[in-house]
Amino acid sequence: MLHIHCPYCEEYREEEEFSVVGEAHIIRPLAPEELTDQEWASYLFFRKNPRGLHHEMWAHSHGCRKFFNMTRHTVTYQILETYKMGQQPSITTEDTK
Amino acid sequence: MSNSARVESPLEHADFAGLAALKINGGVILREAKLLGHLNLRGNANDPDFLKGVKSALDLDLPLAPCSSAQNANTTIMWLSPDEWLVIVDGVTEAAIEGKLRQSLRGHFAVSDISGAQTMLEISGKDCLQLLQKSIGYDLHLDSFPINKVIGTALAKSSAHIRRTGEYNFQLIIRRSFADYIWLWLQQSSKEYGLSVTL
Ligand SMILES: [Zn+2]
Repeated sequence: MLHIHCPYCEEYREEEEFSVVGEAHIIRPLAPEELTDQEWASYLFFRKNPRGLHHEMWAHSHGCRKFFNMTRHTVTYQILETYKMGQQPSITTEDTK
Repeated sequence: MSNSARVESPLEHADFAGLAALKINGGVILREAKLLGHLNLRGNANDPDFLKGVKSALDLDLPLAPCSSAQNANTTIMWLSPDEWLVIVDGVTEAAIEGKLRQSLRGHFAVSDISGAQTMLEISGKDCLQLLQKSIGYDLHLDSFPINKVIGTALAKSSAHIRRTGEYNFQLIIRRSFADYIWLWLQQSSKEYGLSVTL
């Protein structure tokens, strides 16, 4: 079981309370009608699948029900940080951990 | 056809009055605090006018620290998230208190009467900690779960908000649609300690 720090409840909770939502920091295009089909499809469907650091969105579904962000290592499953929506990750390369 | 609607708890069928009459001396004591007023309040905790408005309507400061709660004689406020609170008041007074909140608050806020959507169970007794340890993954030690703390957590794969009111006293806020499932769960899980129902 992962032990996850909720940045809103400000404490660690069991993984059971959380849902994983997918890649973080995806910005909805301001003018979708101006995009090509390929750009729109890329926004809707195509996601990173890195081996290593990944910034992803989680939701504290059974707790405060807020979405938040997490920097997680997809090989070791190590959670390097969690941070609130609207914030940027402080860890973006593997050697800074 | 009758024109009067009768308010019923989601656990009406459990017949708590009949179970209480059995006077079982169990290690777990359960009481439904039924038909209370439950108001969901949302607003901006950084807005001083919002805080003032709530205070003037409820005569109680909004608890702002994560997982905290506040209480006076008639009202309990539980922190649910940074912009969401559950206000519990005596049954039947909720409409008037909702009106009071609406009068005192301005701008971007929401007050919803969700009294019919959930119910409160009070769990106590010398074995209530063991019962909860089977049901939730949260550390019940007083250091991590002190009195007046309220947590939203997974309870037997359902959800509940749990507030500690004493070393061996807890309030469980559960959803109407899961009430029967949780009632069955609590009966089964407390079998080895004995379950006494009080009114
Ligand atoms: Zn949370």
